Amino acid sequence: MAIKRVGSQTVKLENPPAIISSHSIVGPKEGEGPLKAYFDLILEEDLWGTESWEKAESKIQEECIKGAINEAGLSTKDIDYLIAGDLLNQIIASGYSARQLGIPYFGLYGACSTMTESLSLGAMLMDGGFADKIVCATSSHFSTAERQFRFPLEYGNQRKMTAQWTVTGAGATLISPSGPGPYIKCITTGKIIDPGIKDAANMGAAMAPAAMDTLINHFKDTGRDPSYYDLIISGDLGYVGKDIVIDMMKKEGYDLSKNYTDCGVEIFDRSLQDTHAGGSGCGCSGSVFNGYIIKEMKKGKFNKVLLMSTGALHSTLITQQGESIPGIAHAVVIENKREG
Amino acid sequence: MDKLNKKEYQKFSDKKSPKPKYLKNIVMAFLVGGIICAFGQVIINFLKSLGLDEKAVGAGTSIILVFLGAILTGLGVYDKIGKVGGAGAAIPITGFANAIVSPAMEYKREGFIFGVAAKMFTVAGPVLVYGIGSSVIVGLLSLLFRR
Amino acid sequence: MEYVKAFAVGGFICVIGQVILDNTKLTPAHILVTFLMVGVIMGALGIYDPILEFGGAGASVPICGFGNSLSKGAVEGVKTKGLIGAFTGGIEATAAGISGIILFGYIMAIIFNPKTKN
Repeated sequence: MAIKRVGSQTVKLENPPAIISSHSIVGPKEGEGPLKAYFDLILEEDLWGTESWEKAESKIQEECIKGAINEAGLSTKDIDYLIAGDLLNQIIASGYSARQLGIPYFGLYGACSTMTESLSLGAMLMDGGFADKIVCATSSHFSTAERQFRFPLEYGNQRKMTAQWTVTGAGATLISPSGPGPYIKCITTGKIIDPGIKDAANMGAAMAPAAMDTLINHFKDTGRDPSYYDLIISGDLGYVGKDIVIDMMKKEGYDLSKNYTDCGVEIFDRSLQDTHAGGSGCGCSGSVFNGYIIKEMKKGKFNKVLLMSTGALHSTLITQQGESIPGIAHAVVIENKREG
Repeated sequence: MDKLNKKEYQKFSDKKSPKPKYLKNIVMAFLVGGIICAFGQVIINFLKSLGLDEKAVGAGTSIILVFLGAILTGLGVYDKIGKVGGAGAAIPITGFANAIVSPAMEYKREGFIFGVAAKMFTVAGPVLVYGIGSSVIVGLLSLLFRR
Repeated sequence: MEYVKAFAVGGFICVIGQVILDNTKLTPAHILVTFLMVGVIMGALGIYDPILEFGGAGASVPICGFGNSLSKGAVEGVKTKGLIGAFTGGIEATAAGISGIILFGYIMAIIFNPKTKN
């Protein structure tokens, strides 16, 4: 009998793990965006002294993880598990950063949903009593994603208006059984929902139904409604997906118009930065959560946050074979108060 | 969401998706494509003035335009022209050059055999396959129906 | 006048491509192949010549001009060399551009590194 389960898809943590430190690193373009004041490090150029974009992404993730560990005054030896993932084939950015760090490592592939997937699993491991210190991390890089999923950088194509801009950046969260918080209280794990969208340049629309499914099940399982939270924030639905979610959730009887937004909407200034439908990538919710949200929670602007990273679990190969894009969304509830 | 009607959702999401700037795109495609072609005419006339025959003029024009497309890609300019001009930058032969040079550059770090040389044709390879393949078929058909 | 014609014809061909791009899910690579094939077919039927006559570079510089050259070359090859000409004619007529782009592509890849977009 799973005593910590609530409803169909949600678990409530008996001993909510504390987030004892967090770190975020972003590329130059993200560093010019509206959230620039919140990031721990803004790179001047996105190769960061390495020979390739892939190596740069791995370095960004590695340095970000080290940053979180240093901030907590710990060393890599103190960490029991590293749970990380990214967008690249065989999640090499994470594998190669874990190679340098020497921490027992679980690699995840959840596409852009990785941040909350790693937080979910990390928090459950901790509540289960299996670890004292866990780092949950993820990264993405515009240039590695472009060449893997789209076109060469110097190719002169026009981006569609629904296309999103992959964030160059990483986020790492260090959790521990005790500490001043904020705390991970509750986890709703998403199902794969495939609305049949085949256009890889319209990810927001492809992922929005998965986000809504997770939200609705979260509200049903917990008996809460959207007004319980100061902030409900999805990972990278962008402008198109955000709009769809607000509209369709209203039809389902949930009013998200006041406290809901999306990391991909917040990270760039659409009018100045020509990012079309907003930001995307693992690093989008990774850097916005570990930069903006946690810092604002510590200041007390937000006390109850539902973070829901969204992922599209397709590949270029399977879309060429005519398959549609399956979406997924994992929600994690973070609160300043441990009780209740 | 399990009972989501896919057809209705496709329609709904299409409605929610921002549309391309049709008029601006058409005007820019016309301008960029037109300028590249007019420049091609300049080269043709210049080569003619050197007294070259028709075949040499055609070959020379191709080489010069392809070279310009390649160097502008190398310098990181052609992707910006393409962003503004869309099809106006893609359809002229300079765009064909861009489609070959950009993956060649992109995959340099994967080596000169499996990287540069193998990936060179990832975008433009189909043009050569269909172009050359169909030209042989056209030749064979003309042989069949010649008399 | 020549330049205006080249500008107008070339621009018009590109506009057709842009309209297709903006209204379908096709990528620029699809457009390149489609326009090339249209050029090949029109060349085979001999109906690309009037456009070439009128538009000059406006008709020869777009990829359909390349397709036209390929198929005209193959027909020409058959006339002079028979069966072998069907196989050699197309590439012969377009050899300058193809060889040029392979060499230039390789050289550019050696000299330059791709830069990220911003």
